[in-house]
Amino acid sequence: MKVLEINHCNKSFGDNEVLKDISLSVSEGQVVSIIGPSGSGKSTLLRCATMLETMDGGDLIYLGDYAAKADAEGKAVYSDKETLQGIKKHFGLVFQNFNLFPHYSVMKNITEPPILIGKRNKEEVYAEARELLKKMGLSDKENAYPCELSGGQQQRVSIARALAMKPKILFFDEPTSALDPELTGEILKVIKDLAAEHMTMVIVTHEMSFARDVSNHVIFMDGGVIVEEGDPKELINNPKQERTKAFLSRFQQ
Amino acid sequence: MNFTVIMQQLFGGMGASLLIFVLTLLFSMPLGLLVAFGRMSKFKPLQYIIKFFIAILRGTPLMLQLLVVFFGPYYMFGISMPRWYRFGAVIIGFSINYAAYFAEIYRSGIESIPVGQYEAASVLGYNKNQTFFKIIFPQMVKRVLPPVTNEVITLVKDTSLAFVLTYEEMFTVAKQIAAAQTNIMPLFVAGVFYFIFNAVVAFVMERIEKKLSYYR
Ligand SMILES: Nc1ncnc2c1ncn2[C@@H]1O[C@H](COP(=O)(O)OP(=O)(O)OP(=O)(O)O)[C@@H](O)[C@H]1O
Ligand SMILES: [Mg+2]
Repeated sequence: MKVLEINHCNKSFGDNEVLKDISLSVSEGQVVSIIGPSGSGKSTLLRCATMLETMDGGDLIYLGDYAAKADAEGKAVYSDKETLQGIKKHFGLVFQNFNLFPHYSVMKNITEPPILIGKRNKEEVYAEARELLKKMGLSDKENAYPCELSGGQQQRVSIARALAMKPKILFFDEPTSALDPELTGEILKVIKDLAAEHMTMVIVTHEMSFARDVSNHVIFMDGGVIVEEGDPKELINNPKQERTKAFLSRFQQ
Repeated sequence: MNFTVIMQQLFGGMGASLLIFVLTLLFSMPLGLLVAFGRMSKFKPLQYIIKFFIAILRGTPLMLQLLVVFFGPYYMFGISMPRWYRFGAVIIGFSINYAAYFAEIYRSGIESIPVGQYEAASVLGYNKNQTFFKIIFPQMVKRVLPPVTNEVITLVKDTSLAFVLTYEEMFTVAKQIAAAQTNIMPLFVAGVFYFIFNAVVAFVMERIEKKLSYYR
């Protein structure tokens, strides 16, 4: 079963063609890493997938439901608001800089969306939130406010917030880039644990060894196109394309 | 006129000033939010019209605006207004003027909220109203509190401008008595009144600020 399918996605900002005919699909339980140099369009691709940006052309499909469908000219035509709101329930996004709600406690950050948007039972949501916090090693922080937490703790809360909505697929945009090096490990471990539970994930990352060890598919992007993709060990250890080689060698220095 | 009578009249003036203050805040604070929405509207003509009116309201004396609101209906349209309109004009004039100031304060507060807050809410499925009232508005309130406090303190002193419509608030009364009695005392009492009033306002606003200091 395909959780996410993107076909022939195009996206420009003015004259700047940022995504050129990108196609990718993610099956249930798959962990996909996206790597590539700065400005290659990785974030833009995630933002199109999570509907923070609108695609100019192509299809965007979640679990068979069309969020956007290309018309005869290839132009992306988005579904009505209600359909899109329904499709949003399928995915979650973890931001580079967390974007927690600062005026809410940790508990409220995690529980308000399922209660307010998911219309779910309060007690049930609270019980699940406590489980999630335990899993994140933050049981003692449920009444803390985001400003009282370290970056790594904030990022774990934001992962818990996304998971509380029970998404079918979770996107991460450089989840460790805003953290001090000694804090990246705790986040990578959380993601590793999620991978072990077969959570479907798409992760933009600069951590090559992490991409190699955790994902089952790696995509290398450059200049708005997918240059090379495939098995993580194969691609990272023996890249075929010149551009991939150049990028990875720069990285390993 | 003996001392008790003077004090009674002064107290009456204080009540009137307080009433202007309370009603002006009551109307101008929500109205300011509506004006701020108009000012930030994606519909350009509305945005420009609001911008124009804010410029006028902030760029001309409040005293002149009060006179226009009071005399406008008669001078411009020949409508004679009922007796209560003296008070009505004071409240309308103050509320509109302060709404313009509050609108700009709210707007800057709303625009200072990081775009990431909107994006996080959007991905979690919050609609526009939920995003504004649950996420943006509470954070805006905290951010605008210092400039709003400034405006509220200015309003306490500005209530004295109602004297141009000879509305019997604190300052008008004090001035009349002082002139009639050739005595400085009423003006002195008025000064103490405004000072204490503002001390209370500052105290209350500080309490609110403290209450909202649980997060950054
Ligand atoms: N909102 C925007 N308006 C205009 N141009 C944009 C916008 N967002 C991104 N771009 C441009 O799109 C291109 C791709 O940006 P994007 O953020 O997707 O790159 P990235 O691969 O995520 O880079 P990084 O590794 O630095 O995060 C860049 O040239 C950027 O300047
Ligand atoms: Mg990026």
